[in-house]
Amino acid sequence: MNLYQRRRLTNLLSLSLSALATGIALLFLFWILWTLLRNGLPYLEMSTFTQSTPPPGSQGGLANAIVGSLILTGGGILIGAPIGILAGTYLSEFGRNSRLATLLRFVNDVLLSAPSIVIGVFVYELLVRTMGHFSAYAGAVALALIVIPIVVRTSEDMLRLVSDTMRESAAALGAPQWKVITHIVYRAARPGILTGILLALARISGETAPLLFTALNNQFWSSSLGQPIANLPVVIFQFAMSPYEDWQHLAWAGALIITFSILILNIVARSFLRTRRARH
Amino acid sequence: MLIPGSPSDAARPGMTDSTATPAARIQRGAVRDRLFRNATVLSGATVFGLVLGILTALAVGASLALQKFGAGFLTSTEWNPVTEQFGAAAPIYGTLVTSVIAMLIGIPVSFGVALFITEVAPTWLKRPIGTAVELLAAVPSIIYGMWGLFVFAPWFAEHLQPWMQEHLGSLPWAGALFQGPPMGIGMFTAGLILAIMVVPFITAVMRDVFTVVPTELRESAYGLGATTWEVVRHVILPYTRVGVIGGVMLGLGRALGETMAVTFVIGNAQQISTSLFMPGNTISSTLANEFNEAVGDTYTSSLLGLGLILFMITFIVLAFARLMLGRIGGRV
Repeated sequence: MNLYQRRRLTNLLSLSLSALATGIALLFLFWILWTLLRNGLPYLEMSTFTQSTPPPGSQGGLANAIVGSLILTGGGILIGAPIGILAGTYLSEFGRNSRLATLLRFVNDVLLSAPSIVIGVFVYELLVRTMGHFSAYAGAVALALIVIPIVVRTSEDMLRLVSDTMRESAAALGAPQWKVITHIVYRAARPGILTGILLALARISGETAPLLFTALNNQFWSSSLGQPIANLPVVIFQFAMSPYEDWQHLAWAGALIITFSILILNIVARSFLRTRRARH
Repeated sequence: MLIPGSPSDAARPGMTDSTATPAARIQRGAVRDRLFRNATVLSGATVFGLVLGILTALAVGASLALQKFGAGFLTSTEWNPVTEQFGAAAPIYGTLVTSVIAMLIGIPVSFGVALFITEVAPTWLKRPIGTAVELLAAVPSIIYGMWGLFVFAPWFAEHLQPWMQEHLGSLPWAGALFQGPPMGIGMFTAGLILAIMVVPFITAVMRDVFTVVPTELRESAYGLGATTWEVVRHVILPYTRVGVIGGVMLGLGRALGETMAVTFVIGNAQQISTSLFMPGNTISSTLANEFNEAVGDTYTSSLLGLGLILFMITFIVLAFARLMLGRIGGRV
C-alpha cells in the first residue's frame, strides 16, 4: 500500500468513526425517547390530567403535580428573569468592557455552573431553615437562581447585537439613556431575550435536585405558597423509586409529559430565534 | 438592521410630551436615568451576592464538621451517622471516578460528533443532527436516571458487562477494575450515563471553536492536497486546542455536579471499591439521598461540607475552562 492509499484510508477510517460517534449519540436520544413513549403512553389518560396523586393501590393522576410545577416554574421565571435581564443590561449598556463587568461575567459563569443540588442546599439554608418549613416560595427561589445566570448571559449577548448606531440615533433625538434602552434596544433585542427566557424555562421545568430540599412534595392540592407543593420532577423521583407498580406507571406518564413539553419548548425557542435571525 | 419599524416609530411613546418645559423634561430624564442605571447595578450586585452567599452559607454550615474532623474529613472513608463519624473520601472518590469515566468516553464521541457536523455532513443534514444532539442536553437528568435504572442497567448487565468481565477482567493491573457481580448499576454505569449527558455540551463548544478557524487556513491546507482528516488533525485541532480543552472542562464541570441521573444508577453505597462495577456514591448523590433525612448537627454539617467541596471543585474546573476559552477569543 503506498502513501497515497494509506492517507486515503486513514481519512476514510476517521471520518467513518466520526459518523459512528454521531450515530451512537443519536441512538441514545432515540432510545430514551422510545423508552418514554413505550412506558408512558399506555398510562397517559384523561385522569392523569384531572386527578391528584393517589395513595398506592388506587386510581389517580398527576393534576396537582402539573399545576404545582407550573406555579414553581412560573414563580422562578417571574423572580429570575427581571433580575437576569437587568444584570444583562448592566453588562451590555453600562459595564461593557470595564474590569467590574468582566468580573461580573465570570461570577455569573460560576453561578451558571454551580451544581443544582448545591443551589438546593443553599436555598434550604437560606429560606427553609429560617422559615422552619418547606415551601413553594423556597422552590421558586431555587429555580430562580438557575434562571438568573442563563438570562444574564443570553440577554447580554442579544443586547450586544443591537448596533450602537441605533443607540446614538435615539440619543441624538434627545432621548435619555433609560428611554434609549427600554424603547429602542429592548425592542430590537426582544426575540433574543425571549428565547433566552424560554430556554431557561425549559431548563428549570425538569430540574429535580433543587426542589428536593425546598418545595419538597405534597400528596394533595396545595393552595398555599407557604406550604410544600407537589411538582412533577419530585413526584416522578418518588414514584419511580417506589415499589408500587401503579406509582411507577404514573412516574413514566409524568416523565413522558415533562420530556416532550421540554423538547417542544426547546424546538420552538430555537426556531423562533432562527427565523428572526434569518430575516435580518 | 435588527429593528422592525424605524427608530422614531419605536421611540414615539413618551417623547411627545408637551406639558413639561424642556428643562424639566431633561431633569426628569436624568433622574430616571439614574434610577434605571441603579436598578441594573443592583441586579448585577445580586449575582455577586448570590455567589458569595452560597459560598458563605456552605462554609458556615460546614465549619462544625471541619472543626471536628479537620483535614481527616477529606481522607477518611468512614461515613457513619450512628457514631457520628464522617469522612468525605468515598463520595469524593466516586465523584472523580464517574467523571473521569464520563470524560474518557464522552470526549472522543463529542469530537466525532463535532467533526461530523462541521466537516463531514452535507449541508442539509447539519441542522437536524445539530438540533438532535442539542436535544440530548434538554432531556432532564431525572429522565436519564429513570432510563438508566429501568432500561439501560438491565441491558448492560445482560449484554455488555459479562463480555467486559471476560475480556477486560483478565487484564493485568486494569483487570481488577472490571471484576465483580454484573449488577447493571454501579460506578461504571453512572459514568457511562454521564458521558451521554456531557456529549451535547462538549460538542457545542467544539463546533463553535471549529468554526472560528479562518477559512484561508483551511483552504490552504486543502489546496496543498490534504485530506479532510489531515486538515482536522494538523490545522483545526492545533488552532483550536485551548478552546477544545475549555469545552472539555465545561463538560467536566457538568459531570461533577450532576445529581439525579447518578443517584438513580450508582447504587448509593458509602464505600471505595476497586471494581468499577460495584456500587458507590458521589457527593451530589449523597446530598440528594441524605440531606432531608439527616439528624443531628454534625451529620448536617458534614453534608454541607460535601456541598462546599463540590462547589470548590466545580469552581476550579470552571475557572480553568474560562481561562482556556478566553484565550481563543470571543465568548463561546
